[in-house]
Amino acid sequence: MDPNFLDFEQPIAELQAKISELRYVTDDSDINISREIKTLERKADSLTNSIFGKLTAWQISQLSRHPNRPYSLDYIERMFSDFEFLHGDRAYADDHPVVGGVGRLDGKPVVVIGQQKGRDTREKIKRNFGMPRPEGYRKALRLMGLAEKFKMPLLTLVDTPGAYPGIGAEERGQSEAIARNLFRLAELKTPVICTVIGEGGSGGALAICVGDRINMLQYSTYSVISPEGCASILWKSADKASQAAEAMGITAQRLSELELIDNVIPEPLGGAHRNYDQIASSLKQKLMETLDTLESVSIDKLLEQRYQKLMAFGEYRET
Amino acid sequence: MNWFEKLVPSKIRTSGANDKKNVPEGLWAKCNNCDAIIYRAELERNQEVCTKCDFHMRIGARRRLESFFDEDGFNEIAPELEAEDVLKFRDDKRYRDRLQQAQKLTGEKDALLAGRGTVKGVEMVAVAFEFRFMGGSMGSVVGEKFVRAVNVCIELGLPLICFTASGGARMQEALFSLLQMAKTSAALTRLSKRGLPYICVLTDPTMGGVSASFAMLGDIHIAEPGALIGFAGPRVIEQTVREKLPETFQRSEFLLEHGALDMIVDRRELADKISSLCTLLTGRSAP
Repeated sequence: MDPNFLDFEQPIAELQAKISELRYVTDDSDINISREIKTLERKADSLTNSIFGKLTAWQISQLSRHPNRPYSLDYIERMFSDFEFLHGDRAYADDHPVVGGVGRLDGKPVVVIGQQKGRDTREKIKRNFGMPRPEGYRKALRLMGLAEKFKMPLLTLVDTPGAYPGIGAEERGQSEAIARNLFRLAELKTPVICTVIGEGGSGGALAICVGDRINMLQYSTYSVISPEGCASILWKSADKASQAAEAMGITAQRLSELELIDNVIPEPLGGAHRNYDQIASSLKQKLMETLDTLESVSIDKLLEQRYQKLMAFGEYRET
Repeated sequence: MNWFEKLVPSKIRTSGANDKKNVPEGLWAKCNNCDAIIYRAELERNQEVCTKCDFHMRIGARRRLESFFDEDGFNEIAPELEAEDVLKFRDDKRYRDRLQQAQKLTGEKDALLAGRGTVKGVEMVAVAFEFRFMGGSMGSVVGEKFVRAVNVCIELGLPLICFTASGGARMQEALFSLLQMAKTSAALTRLSKRGLPYICVLTDPTMGGVSASFAMLGDIHIAEPGALIGFAGPRVIEQTVREKLPETFQRSEFLLEHGALDMIVDRRELADKISSLCTLLTGRSAP
């Protein structure tokens, strides 16, 4: 099994392996089998199309956590110029699962906050598996203040399994840190665009996911608890994760139908990890367009609209 | 149900919440902490605080507000709100059935009760969680009712008091419930701009999405003694860090020590303390 492919992608992996084998052969000899290769490539594409055309919520959940999925830093590198990373919460530490700073989006100064996972073991540990501690949220809070003060739009990139459940995190007020950000984002006097790029895990994600527009990449997820967590609590077995994923409606498509998010950004064939440049460019395009729209509205009106949008969340009856 | 009860039309069958209220659960109660046997009526008079060791047992939302407000009671805010199962959520049981069961058990429509009245003569709005209603979990109804209580405060210029007791967001409402954290926190920005006091009383237990939103946004944070308060549950933390946690971890006293609370107050003194704080914060003369 190719570890770069998920279970349901294995047929694609096999075809791709065959294609690279053939390529290897052509390099070495005079036999021309490029037509053969072209046919196989087309076949791989149509196979990918058919597999990705009917993904279940659980499969999308796995894609959102794909080991090769682009992370915040991959986007920052591709979307912004003159980027300067800023560090620390000025009170306790610099928390590495949260990255951020100032830079230009197509020339326009912006503040960026992202959640960052690690690629290899060392990096994973450094990034605490993408789970921020209170100081991470407080670093984000600092950057929010910066965005407001210097009238720069705030862009957030959401990708976390959740806020870190640890002893120190509790001692330093994980709850308060998240709550404070929710409060601050609701009244922040600058346009705020949030994008879920991978895993939108519960309160830990929400703490940087309140704004004027909420985007989700096509194969990202956003939910109140992980499918495994939900399954082990409600079904008393983590094996029921796929059922839980379906029941909670955690995909971009479903959440857009429920009108809980604003935009779904399509991913390249086979997922964002198949083409970093393409997905970064689609996201950049969307952010630029959205910023133009938001900046055409006065800040008071924007804040009122944001407030009304937040107040509209929820489904209930009055009997 | 026996054959005779089956003959009785369902309308006049007595079951559910009313039943529970009329039939005493037992004359005696046992303290969860010191095992003392206490006369039930005496425990009720003492607001469910053990008469021997002062242990604070959990108290229902309605009893909480009844004993908090002055004798003339309170006007309920938005009692008509009821959950809507848009996701048609179903695990072992249907969410709709779970709701009905919880309504029967508690006699409440959902997990939050809100009211306006006076406390030692000072007018205020108070909301309280019913923990027995699906673990006091926050879904759309809890969020909306909280916002309506905030709006009453803004309209009438009153302080807001919130008694929390919740396991967190309600999983059966999935992302709708997560977004209630953002909704309630946003409403508090308006209360804050109006310069009105918001006092949060954290009671056992206050966890997850409730703790990580309006529960931690008070001007003043009070906790009852020994309450479990935190973001992640102790079991989750134990599994993550692979360490046994001390009994004192995430208890009120621990939070006070770490700067998350202003004070720990005995339940029987809350009305005095809060009415006095409200008059202080709003510059009025003492009650």
